[in-house]
Amino acid sequence: MRKVTFPHMGHSYIAFKMLMEDMGNEVILPPRPSKKTLDLGVKYAPEFACLPYKILLGTYLQTAEMGMDTIVTSGGAGPCRAGHYAHLHKAILHDLGYNVDLVCFEAPKKHPIDFYRKVQKLNSAKLSVLSIIEAIKRGWHKLKALDHMEKLSHKIRPRELKRGTTSKVYKMTQLWLDEARTHKEIEEAEAEGIKAFNNIPQDPNREVLKVGLVGEIYVLLEPASNLEIEETLGHMGVEVERSMFLTGWTRDNLGKGTEELISVTDAAKPYLPELIGGHGRDTIGHTVLYAKRKFDGVIQLAPFTCIPEIVARTILPKVSIIHDIPVLTFFLDEQTGKAGMVTRLEAFVDLLRRKKQNTKLNQAAALS
Amino acid sequence: MAAKVGIPRTLFYYVYFPMVETFLKELGAEPVVSSKTSRKILDDGVREALADACVPVKIFFGHVQDVKDKIDFLFVPRVVCLNGRTIYCPKFLGLPDMIKHTFDQLPEVIDTRIDVRDDRFAVWKAFYMLGKKFTNSTAKIFFSYNKAKRVLKLYHKLLKEGLSPEAAMNKLKSKDYNIKPNHQSLLKFAVLGYPYIVHDKYISVNLLDKLNKLGVETITLEQVPLNIIKNTKTDIPKDMFWTFSDMVLKAAYHFFNRGTVDGIIHLTAFGCGPDSMVDKYMELKSKNHPHIPFMSVTIDEHSGEAGMYTRLEAFVDMVKRKKEAVNNA
Ligand code: SF4
Ligand code: SF4
Repeated sequence: MRKVTFPHMGHSYIAFKMLMEDMGNEVILPPRPSKKTLDLGVKYAPEFACLPYKILLGTYLQTAEMGMDTIVTSGGAGPCRAGHYAHLHKAILHDLGYNVDLVCFEAPKKHPIDFYRKVQKLNSAKLSVLSIIEAIKRGWHKLKALDHMEKLSHKIRPRELKRGTTSKVYKMTQLWLDEARTHKEIEEAEAEGIKAFNNIPQDPNREVLKVGLVGEIYVLLEPASNLEIEETLGHMGVEVERSMFLTGWTRDNLGKGTEELISVTDAAKPYLPELIGGHGRDTIGHTVLYAKRKFDGVIQLAPFTCIPEIVARTILPKVSIIHDIPVLTFFLDEQTGKAGMVTRLEAFVDLLRRKKQNTKLNQAAALS
Repeated sequence: MAAKVGIPRTLFYYVYFPMVETFLKELGAEPVVSSKTSRKILDDGVREALADACVPVKIFFGHVQDVKDKIDFLFVPRVVCLNGRTIYCPKFLGLPDMIKHTFDQLPEVIDTRIDVRDDRFAVWKAFYMLGKKFTNSTAKIFFSYNKAKRVLKLYHKLLKEGLSPEAAMNKLKSKDYNIKPNHQSLLKFAVLGYPYIVHDKYISVNLLDKLNKLGVETITLEQVPLNIIKNTKTDIPKDMFWTFSDMVLKAAYHFFNRGTVDGIIHLTAFGCGPDSMVDKYMELKSKNHPHIPFMSVTIDEHSGEAGMYTRLEAFVDMVKRKKEAVNNA
């Protein structure tokens, strides 16, 4: 039996695990990225590789120790480095004596046959094509439910009466969803989850700030890589809205369909008309949109040496001035410490609170 | 008075300047190139650009600072794709935006987008737009464009024969196209890296000259014929997306496979994203070719002459000894 692993990217592993198991593979669960993961990655990755690259390499090395023999991941045609990650990972692993196989998915629209072949490679249970499609649908369903839970945690955490309740409930809902195996079970688990979140005692009078999170996909989606910034902000009384979910949550659930994506590009146009790869243009576009939606601030998360985010960061100060929205950037690398991050976040949140109060005072003054 | 068009002496300068220069002069405009990279330019760049940017982008900012107050136009085209296959580093793609939103006082920036995948005549169109600023005559622009292309061809020929960009540009001016043959050296190294690093004497800490002084003949990317690069196969399933990176890596594979050089040096810049991959692939490749020593040199804002010289000397010595051992065996 194939022993597969895949990148650990937030809670998505729960859905991928089910999919891979349904297809008859043994899953070597990627551990939550830890100091050890990163240390391993840093040791064997090129110095200026971006943080996600190092974390993934560490993940593969850890799982290879546990007997993993197949990496399942996605490629992409760039124009950013992520499109080359997988093959360089494989080359480095081979060089270190781990003879792992790589199944790297490219966009199915562009390479349909290649996509089909790779799916078959992972089809250890010899499922029919229809059953595979069913399995993928189930996985997608689960992923959506997981994203929904996360979204709720963002909303409720800043309002919880007792600090930490939300995080606990969130973990629990993940466990429920992990166990759900059919569409029906997933639906039930999701419904239970919503209930559990709604039952969290909240403080209705708390002044909650709203901050948009933008930046590079991996450090946005994997809390271990961004030092749990969402949780930290939540505990500071800040509701975060993340610009990115694997299932395109925001896109589907704001009911505007793909228009949103178009408007992100449009919003970015005056500043960065070119698609520069990664998510650099989205970073600009979302910042503009958050400002228009009257958010209190925006935080950009980017891996150190991240090419598109560096371009975006160079332009952001101008966006911040023109749209009057404070922006804070974190370039994350193996040396970023949580304490330092918390200090900078506290100062930023302070600034946002003061700004909000001033605006209110000014408005009141204007009225009287 | 002739309109002055500013051109930063970095990035594409080393590859395409003679073409732009010819074109502008034909149309009666005056190209104004920023000064050679210096401590001051580097410091200006470090101050204006983002701390996390790579050194070449910082230098680019320094050059813009150097030239921006002396000109009527700043020519920074958005070059996306010129060969129909690979694109330029994302930082190149975002260059016009980065400077426009960083510098407050800029002359008009000419940032025509050039992507031959969208439009086969994209290069001509870019020059047409540029030319329109100085004349209304399409015929005149067309004539100048063709002349510029001829000059560029000649320039690339001179580069291929081993002249440095500076020497080649001088040669074009003197109209003396005879090249004196390269003196025979004991050792031959391929020095691979992006033109704007390898040929910028300041930022490369004069690496090429130093090697020559140590008795080493050097080959750079410009001397590897394009069709060789095109036809070189790597064992990597996907070509590098970025034009210069793709060329550097393939050139490295070519030299490793052919064994026509005694050593390979990869010259790379601190904070360069694409090079983190290129360099690793080269290093892995070099393990299969132990008889061709490989060294990677990273330059940064503080690269010191002395340290670099010691490292080069040690490397050259090692290669020499290795070669003698082989010859004696
Ligand atoms: S977007 Fe940034 S983190 Fe992602 S591959 Fe590109 S450089 Fe690396
Ligand atoms: S290729 Fe490297 S050195 Fe050149 S601009 Fe891009 S990141 Fe900078």
